[in-house]
Amino acid sequence: MRGRHKRLVIVAVGVALLAAAVGLILSAFRENLVFFITPSEVAAGKAQVGQFFRVGGLVERGSLRREEDGVTVYFRITDTVHGLTVVYRGALPDLFAEGQGAVAEGVLRADGVMEAKRVLAKHDETYMPPEAAAAVEQAKRAAQSMKE
Amino acid sequence: MLAEWGQVALAVAAVVAGLQAVLGLAGAERGWSAWMTAARRAAVAQAVLLGIAFGLLVVLFLKSDFSVRLVASHSTTVTPWYYRMTASWGNHEGSMLLWATALAGWGAAVAGGSSSLTATMRARVVGILGLVSVGFLLFLMLTSNPFERLVPPPAEGRDLNPLLQDPGMILHPPLLYMGYVGTAVAFAFAIAALLTGRLDAAWSRWARPWALTAWVFLTLGIVVGSWWAYYELGWGGWWFWDPVENAALIPWLVMTAFLHSVIVTEKRDAFRAWTVLLAIAAFALSLLGTFLVRSGVITSVHAFATDPTRGLFILGLLAITVGASLALFAWRAPTLSGGGGFNWGAREATLLVNNVLLSVAAASVLLGTVYPLLVEALGGGKLSVGEPYYVAVFVPLMAPAVLLMGIAPFLRWKGDDWRRVGKTIGVDLLVAAGGALAIVGGWGNGSWRAWLGLSLALWVFASSGRLLWRRLVGERREREEKGRSVRVRWRETPAGWWGMWLAHLGVGVFIVGVTVLGALERRLDVKMVPGGSTMLADYRFVFQGVEEVAGPNYKAQRATIEVWQGDRQVAQLRPEKRDYYFSTMPMTEAAIDSTLWRDLYVSLGEPLEGGAWVVVLFYKPMVFFIWLGPLLMAVGGVLAALDRRYRLMGSRGERSKMGIS
Amino acid sequence: MRWRFVIPLVIFMGFVGLFVVGFDLNPRAIPSPLVGKPAPFFSLPRFDQPDQMVTPEMLRGKPYLLNVWATWCVSCRMEHPELMRLAGEGVRIVGFNYKEVRGDASVDARRLSPEAEREWAWARIEEWLQKGGNPYDVVVVDLTGRSAIDYGVYGTPETFFVDAEGIIRHKQVGPISRAIWEGELRAKWLAIAGGEKGGPYERR
Repeated sequence: MRGRHKRLVIVAVGVALLAAAVGLILSAFRENLVFFITPSEVAAGKAQVGQFFRVGGLVERGSLRREEDGVTVYFRITDTVHGLTVVYRGALPDLFAEGQGAVAEGVLRADGVMEAKRVLAKHDETYMPPEAAAAVEQAKRAAQSMKE
Repeated sequence: MLAEWGQVALAVAAVVAGLQAVLGLAGAERGWSAWMTAARRAAVAQAVLLGIAFGLLVVLFLKSDFSVRLVASHSTTVTPWYYRMTASWGNHEGSMLLWATALAGWGAAVAGGSSSLTATMRARVVGILGLVSVGFLLFLMLTSNPFERLVPPPAEGRDLNPLLQDPGMILHPPLLYMGYVGTAVAFAFAIAALLTGRLDAAWSRWARPWALTAWVFLTLGIVVGSWWAYYELGWGGWWFWDPVENAALIPWLVMTAFLHSVIVTEKRDAFRAWTVLLAIAAFALSLLGTFLVRSGVITSVHAFATDPTRGLFILGLLAITVGASLALFAWRAPTLSGGGGFNWGAREATLLVNNVLLSVAAASVLLGTVYPLLVEALGGGKLSVGEPYYVAVFVPLMAPAVLLMGIAPFLRWKGDDWRRVGKTIGVDLLVAAGGALAIVGGWGNGSWRAWLGLSLALWVFASSGRLLWRRLVGERREREEKGRSVRVRWRETPAGWWGMWLAHLGVGVFIVGVTVLGALERRLDVKMVPGGSTMLADYRFVFQGVEEVAGPNYKAQRATIEVWQGDRQVAQLRPEKRDYYFSTMPMTEAAIDSTLWRDLYVSLGEPLEGGAWVVVLFYKPMVFFIWLGPLLMAVGGVLAALDRRYRLMGSRGERSKMGIS
Repeated sequence: MRWRFVIPLVIFMGFVGLFVVGFDLNPRAIPSPLVGKPAPFFSLPRFDQPDQMVTPEMLRGKPYLLNVWATWCVSCRMEHPELMRLAGEGVRIVGFNYKEVRGDASVDARRLSPEAEREWAWARIEEWLQKGGNPYDVVVVDLTGRSAIDYGVYGTPETFFVDAEGIIRHKQVGPISRAIWEGELRAKWLAIAGGEKGGPYERR
């Protein structure tokens, strides 16, 4: 009997442990999902102030501006329909350039500017980051259907 | 002509692999020793053929034969020869060929190198490996032929991605692939066990050195990859939870679980079905890793859109191989008779918990890697799972595992008295927690996370020290009774024990690195003018300006930055911004001054007016420990794999005792 | 307790199922938002008459394939013989040359003058069409790639199926091979070209 009792305890402890682990994972998961939101969606109010999210598109030509300190940069990410101003403190990635695809990750401020924690550029000569490409296509689709 | 010969070698290898599978499996089933011998020869032949094919591909790259599409798209005449060589596996087709070659190599090693195995067991394992080979070679030839011609040939090729032109890239993929593919051997052993219904201590001893070797490769592959990312990407990070990295980490976690579970199978005849399942899972996840990385489902870009057949083929291969294995498992696993008695409070129990934790950790990484893909596929929009998730999951999962790691080696098999162990362990635990508190307090900006990490590391060191003492010196009573000197005890200690000890110590070293770096790292993005200086930690960085220099296939802007500590110059760093001639991608080459205790890491941002530059400065204390730890683990793995017990066992007296013909 | 050994298989099958679904709905396989819309406007120089500009309106009247390509694109090289074959069968193909010089990773176009870029591009296209043959009814040259943005081009080759009314009916990403053409594209072409009198691929 003792053996069976023990086995029961082990199974119970094991199940409890597993349940705890699964609970931990799922809660960590919910809290740390980073959504991808296009500039048009931001313009439509889909991103909350203070929300951590990713935005992608093209870096608008002529929008890159640098502060006196040299490391604080402002630029606009656009999906060709709407744009979002991004501020970033730090060195930009190698392939970052105006007119090229880029993805920024950060928090939306109350003044409608994204404070980026990280900026990614396209990682190949001919291709945009898929998220940036998707944003542009999506915006165009929306713009076209509106015209009709 | 060389390319055609390569093609022929591939095709013949596929046929030979088929023979290997049929001869091996049928021969073992019927007990025809001639067939079994032939299967082993086939395995060796297949390895030689694929070695030739791969060698030919390398030669084509070295010769810059642009009539081969793969060469034309990944190499140029001005690429240095060693990078032309690495270019041969720096792409989809070449790396798949390397995969297949490594698989055949493992098959040949089992065929030729494991004399302790019974002939039937060996034939079965070799046969199953042959079967896997057939699938992969078909994949290569049908969807990713590395020898495809290009008509008309261009005069000059396209360069390898400059990121891949690096010594780390010479080593990283082959190591990782050896590891990935090595899981196939453990898998083949598991399937053989299911086929025969025999899974005993002897099986565990046979399978273990193979699994250990694969695990060592996987460990080294991951370490080299992480080190490469650290100094090459120029972002200063050592792990990015990138899908490509995760694809290697997941099988590593599962293999680690397997290595621990197989011990219980060997010593106590328990956890059998679980052990087999882990072996299957490790292989499945390696395949999945290849699938994710190489099909571009997650890392996307264009490759996938141009050729979805590749992804579908690997998916099919995965579905058939793993589906069939799991079906076999469902059918046969119940016949693997249950193990011996199980006692809570003993080593088995801690190993069980360890297995649960490692498996759950692997599952959580898998979830984080695959979930964004699934959500997007099901139309739920694009999202990503970042580092915070992994940290939130990994710390609470691995902390208890590390805690148990310090306890388990002191426990006895079957049953143990918690109070006996508890006394000594309690002391160590208190010392570790107290010591960590004192150190973290001294930093002034300590967090509970830093305290936890340091406590765990000190706990590992304390228990490792105690374990070593127990092993070599022993308790006084024991010493007097048996009268054995330290030297005798040293000689009696098996390599496997040292392996375990070192690997566990490596975990502690790794945790120290991660914790100290996390708590004390400093980063500064700053505008620097020539002659100007900036303080970081207690180092003064003096920017001397930027000059233009030329390399073999690039020209670069090179900065000179002196680092002073007080009035002593400790380093001169020369980070570069490179422009490769054959690629418009600029590349940041970080400059690093490394010592055991800290790295000073400098990379160039973008140029500003007046010769000023944006410069990124890092002070990275103890970052080297992050790689030292896993290296110790790998050395431990090698020692354990070489343990004489596994090789002798079953070869002479043992074999008859175990009733194996 | 035997059933518990089946659990791994069930879980795995679930995974495979999800992956298959994932493949079907692959984001990169979604039809272009342009499908069903008029071909976006451009005004680009003809290759053979550089001073004459071509617009989509001028191409209307007969269905055509708008093939986005460049000489530096390795996949385009693979695709070219198939285009030659299709042209031989009477399919009207309009070549849309994309970032001929600045798209080439082996060229640092930032240091080129616009004139040099133009001159070089023409020379490269000329050589290509001479060596591999010219399957194109007309070739337009988009040196900067700005017009291509309106077509959502983010890689080469890409091919748009445009009907006689100038409406985009399909977008093919990646090279057209014999197998892909026979497998799915032929039917798509027939659907837009089949009804036209005297046109290629008349309904049989």
